[in-house]
Amino acid sequence: MMIDSLVPILAGTLAAATPLIFAGLGELVAEKSGVINLGVEGMMLIGAVAGFAAALSWGTSAGLLFGAFAGALAALPFAFLTLSLGANQSASGLATTIFGIGLSAFIGQFYVSHALPGMKALAIPGLAHIPLLGPVLFNQPPVVYLAFVIYGALAWMLARTRWGLVLRAVGESPEAAHAIGYPVLAIRYGAVCFGGAMAGLGGAYLSTIYTPLWVENMVAGRGWIAVALVVFAAWKPTRLMFGACLFGGMTILQLQAQGFGLAVPSQLLSAVPYLATILVLMAISRDRKKLQLNLPASLGKPFVPGE
Amino acid sequence: MHLLEPRANPSHLMRWSGPPIAILLTLLAAAALFAALGKPPLQAFYVFFIEPLETSNGWSELALKASPLVLIAQGLALGFRARIYNIGAEGQLLMGAVFASGVAIYTEGMEGVWILPLMVLAGALGGALWGAVPAWLKTHFNAEETLTTLMLTYVATYLLSYLVSGPWRDPGGTNFPQSILFGESAMFIPLFEGLRLNSSIFITLLAVPVFWLFVARSFRAYQLTVGGLAPAAARYAGFSGRAAIWMSLVISGLTAGLAGAMEAAGPVGQLTLSLSPGYGYAAIIVAWVGRLHPVGILLSGLLMALIYIGGEAAQVSMQLPSAISWLFQGMLLFFLLGVDVFVDYRFRRRRDKRLMVREEAGA
Repeated sequence: MMIDSLVPILAGTLAAATPLIFAGLGELVAEKSGVINLGVEGMMLIGAVAGFAAALSWGTSAGLLFGAFAGALAALPFAFLTLSLGANQSASGLATTIFGIGLSAFIGQFYVSHALPGMKALAIPGLAHIPLLGPVLFNQPPVVYLAFVIYGALAWMLARTRWGLVLRAVGESPEAAHAIGYPVLAIRYGAVCFGGAMAGLGGAYLSTIYTPLWVENMVAGRGWIAVALVVFAAWKPTRLMFGACLFGGMTILQLQAQGFGLAVPSQLLSAVPYLATILVLMAISRDRKKLQLNLPASLGKPFVPGE
Repeated sequence: MHLLEPRANPSHLMRWSGPPIAILLTLLAAAALFAALGKPPLQAFYVFFIEPLETSNGWSELALKASPLVLIAQGLALGFRARIYNIGAEGQLLMGAVFASGVAIYTEGMEGVWILPLMVLAGALGGALWGAVPAWLKTHFNAEETLTTLMLTYVATYLLSYLVSGPWRDPGGTNFPQSILFGESAMFIPLFEGLRLNSSIFITLLAVPVFWLFVARSFRAYQLTVGGLAPAAARYAGFSGRAAIWMSLVISGLTAGLAGAMEAAGPVGQLTLSLSPGYGYAAIIVAWVGRLHPVGILLSGLLMALIYIGGEAAQVSMQLPSAISWLFQGMLLFFLLGVDVFVDYRFRRRRDKRLMVREEAGA
């Protein structure tokens, strides 16, 4: 019977980890190309509201797609400023977040107090009946499977394909990649927009499936946690998945603890994921040499061709 | 995409005309937005930027809102010079308000001129402590201050929420998550009959020249600037990077904490969840738009306060959501960052062929 009570906790962990997986993988790709985008929170919010609006008229799948599209669009001003104009990446990312908070709240005023049906779980025949693992891994909404598919594709692409190699080369040494003839800025544009699309998808997942409601500022720092996760993951997709599940688990555990009526006040439990992020950053950044080893060498530095 | 080429020398004209150009572009974008919403742009501008300043109450509100923005931005600008990005001033402000309110709550029913100064001190201490944590995390664990300051803002929000719905909730009040209303000894005095502007404005008015002196005249501030512009040179000169981190984060935390105390003991008059309308975030933009210069910050703080007040007015009279001020803030920062590039770069010009031949011959 112990196992049965574990199922909702583990399945919930995966559901809570999914937006972090999407946004984190997107930011990972952008950072691999040498661009750090602190606008993830804003792009997630824009994806959330756009996805919610689209889902109301055309259904949840359309909502997810539209959220991803909106996220990619939201990344464009950032990309233009930092890539074509070489502006400061930290400040431009922050502007993206502030703009995203404003824009999403502005559009979202029309959608407050609407509700969506969410997305039904799709049990994978056969696999879903495995004890414990079945209901946790193979009885989820299709979008959760999508997160794992994207993870697999990205991990393979980064490590094993020419595309991955070029992306990493652009992030490590844009000068060298430029000299060989790769279009550094175009590749970075692609990576940043991919990051935006993934953040938008994560946001749309929150508003159309996880909650499924539109609430002002509903991303609640998950975009920033995704940025921190990329550091925690040392820019490696597999570690990012692990980190996202860890945080998903933390979110679910604190909710469960609140449900059990633990003596700790709920507000203090709600602060746990944010405190955990700090602890994780402490642990991972402490060894400067190791951090430098994994850090894409040109991260945060603008590249102006021909200078 | 090869739009730009470096200038031989940074353009002074662009450096100083950057903020006005960015403001102009934001206004144009705002006009387009108003038009798209079916509101006549000129009427919207009138409601947003002129109407609030037609009454003495409007001017009082302007000063009341500009005061915390300017104060926080002064502290933040110091760190930004050293490229230490404290983006969690909102959390430091909340902790300042919590500490100051603690004093007010535990001295309930007492009277005395010492209560308010004690609150101000407590607020500064609370903010400085909340800024010292990321400084410690950065110097001892190399943890990015952008992320830690922001995470601590969420922690501060939950801590505040716990206090006002738990131990510090007004026992005599309704079930709303808010503290008791502060007594007269725990409040700043209004300066004019019937207006909300209060004596806390003098803290900001004092801070501007103090920061100006510090930035323009002190060796410490010079070290910060060098550390930001040329880290290698700063190391070579023996300027301590650790000292710069501690100083930037503690001072910016302190000013944010002061602002929190000023809000709690000023217009709000109690500890509530909605204590700050995002002053800590807006101050980041104020610092950038003000060119990190103490006097520039004073001007940009007034502008940002106007955006806040205009947003409130537009909410009431034009049924626009208050989130519109966030939208304008984001656009302003976008435009400024874009325009700023032209301080060091210019558009690549198509060169005259004859000129190129002559240059080649000369070389």
